[in-house]
Amino acid sequence: MKGIFKNPLRRWFWLFLGPVTAAFAIGFVWPFFQGIYLSFCKFKLIRNAKFIGLDNYAAALKDPTFMHAFWYTALFALVSLLFINILGFAAAYVLTQGVKGSNLYRTVFFMPNLIGGIVLGYIWSMIFDGILSRYGTSILMETKYGFWGLIILMCWQQIGYMMIIYIAGLQSVPEDMLEAAKIDGASKWQTLFRVTIPNVMPSITICTFLSLTNGFKLFDQNLALTGGLPFIIQPDGSNIKTTEMLALNIYNTFYNSNSASKGVAQAKAVLFFILVAGIGLAQLAYTRKREVQQ
Amino acid sequence: MKKIIALALTLVMVFALAAAGGTAYADSEGSVYWLNFKPELDEAAQGLAKLYTEKTGVPVKVVTAASGTYSQTLTSEMDKSSAPTLFIIGNQAGVKEWGEFAMDLTDTPIANELSTDAYNLYDEDGRLVSIGYCYECYGIIVNPDLIEAAGHSMDELENFEGLKAVAEDIHARADELGFDAFSSSDMDGSSSWRFTGHMANLEYFYEERDAGGWTECPAELSGAYMENFKNLYDLCINNSLTDPKDLATGGHDAENEFKTGKAAFFVNGSWEYAAVSKDVPNATMIPYYCGVEGEEKAGLNCGTENCWAINDMASDADKKATMDFMVWLVSDPEAAGIMVEQLGILPYKNAPESENGFLTDAADYIADGCYVMDWATNYQPNVDEYRAALVSALNAYNADQSDANWEQVKTAFVDGWAVQYQAANG
Repeated sequence: MKGIFKNPLRRWFWLFLGPVTAAFAIGFVWPFFQGIYLSFCKFKLIRNAKFIGLDNYAAALKDPTFMHAFWYTALFALVSLLFINILGFAAAYVLTQGVKGSNLYRTVFFMPNLIGGIVLGYIWSMIFDGILSRYGTSILMETKYGFWGLIILMCWQQIGYMMIIYIAGLQSVPEDMLEAAKIDGASKWQTLFRVTIPNVMPSITICTFLSLTNGFKLFDQNLALTGGLPFIIQPDGSNIKTTEMLALNIYNTFYNSNSASKGVAQAKAVLFFILVAGIGLAQLAYTRKREVQQ
Repeated sequence: MKKIIALALTLVMVFALAAAGGTAYADSEGSVYWLNFKPELDEAAQGLAKLYTEKTGVPVKVVTAASGTYSQTLTSEMDKSSAPTLFIIGNQAGVKEWGEFAMDLTDTPIANELSTDAYNLYDEDGRLVSIGYCYECYGIIVNPDLIEAAGHSMDELENFEGLKAVAEDIHARADELGFDAFSSSDMDGSSSWRFTGHMANLEYFYEERDAGGWTECPAELSGAYMENFKNLYDLCINNSLTDPKDLATGGHDAENEFKTGKAAFFVNGSWEYAAVSKDVPNATMIPYYCGVEGEEKAGLNCGTENCWAINDMASDADKKATMDFMVWLVSDPEAAGIMVEQLGILPYKNAPESENGFLTDAADYIADGCYVMDWATNYQPNVDEYRAALVSALNAYNADQSDANWEQVKTAFVDGWAVQYQAANG
């Protein structure tokens, strides 16, 4: 006990940890739990929230737009996961083969990551419409354009980031293993699939986790690129926003002018959290098993 | 020594955090916090706040929500301990959402300053929840010089047939004339409200008139005047500088097209007067002629979404300070002068006259015995969602003007109203 106070670092640790812990508690922990509580309430302002039990969850699960957004988001997350990781890995592989100017390429590929999502969305909507307007259409006119447009945008933004992680992985593959494979007469493909990939599994775990959760959580780019357009106008006058993803669906629900909708949006947000956390953890557990210990 | 420095640094950090947490006002005298909703008024509003503080010592804080995010900003601000004392409830949906937080303004000093009750909003219990502080008008802005250059006269524009003949003639001869009939009618967020909010009003207005006036949002529409909406909308997109197929994403500057004499007609409102009249001094505004019987007697669409409400949860001192500030804004010669310059006509007894030409046009129509098309559009239920669906349907129609696509527009317009009414009230 006395030892703790003798060491000045230990004596003053609370001074250094305190502010961060307080900020974390105020900025994250408290709102998180309050958010969960609010999902069981009917409210306009937080200060006059009224507890109503599970009604919000029932309404959220009955909402066809939420279900549509879920499936659309799941499809998007899966497709973007494949594209981003395959292309990111390919870029990393090429750039670790001693290509001339590979440092420059790495920097250039990484740069799109530094631009914010909203700005990216607007820039790409101009690029896509510049092309599509030649054919008398627009990215806002067809669901498939909106879907692939968003995939292209996300690939452009994320490939560079994943590439950096893969490069780090590839550089840590032991030289002696590669040399042994070469001496044993393994072809380039055999070396890639039997030696290199098993050794970069930790990078693959991280990258698939990041791109999967990013895909599910996507908001800014979705809002700026299509904002959910086009809608399918149902015969009864209701509509389905065909390119609306989960996060945007929650946002639109929250700012609906029905007084009950804020609670429903909150319930959707809690379901969303459980979903993203669950999928992320499941995926981590799955790929971890495939990592080799060196 | 090091310890003292470390301690000092930590204290600085703690104080910095605490200071960021909240700004304190001297609360005894009351203070004003105005959450403004018109970005174009921000600069003038900040100036007015400063002027008032200099004159009276009462602190006035003005925050302006970014364009199109008023409800988001209001939602978060109202939850704070220093919530806005003065905010905007601009339409019936707003009354439904925020009315319970608004003080009843009946017989208050600001209500006694009013020259008309026409722009006030009441809730279901008859409480006066918000009070108009200016009014506006919209219609079709015309450049008379271009009409004459095309060999026509303004007198031809007194019903839909006349407007159609002139617009189609100008469009057909656009290459020869060097200008076109209508400026672009983009469907992006910065422009679509001119159609889904404003032009749509002609349908609502005539339905409302048939029903003998609306006092609350109707649960459904009949769509009786959809053909008239189509008349004017078709005229507007098909006789324009821009191919209707290119309207979805926007990017055309309609105001600039009108100002630079590239287009003779511009669908917009009185707030454009200052911007437009510099380049087109003769610019004038005509009503939405759409083929309704007797429309020769139509006037402009007059109304407002600029209505002040006082936060009922504020302290009595703050409420009183806010009330005094409002009265000052509409009656003090200097302040009211700035307000009129920025906003057009103020419906208050002691406010100076406006020099806004489009509002003068609106008054002239009334003086000629024409009927005012009031802003029935303010009843749009769940307004953002409703308009978003309409934009989607209009995008499809603009790209391919088939009957099937027009049916979709009708569905979004008429059935969408009932759906959003249920969503907002169900």
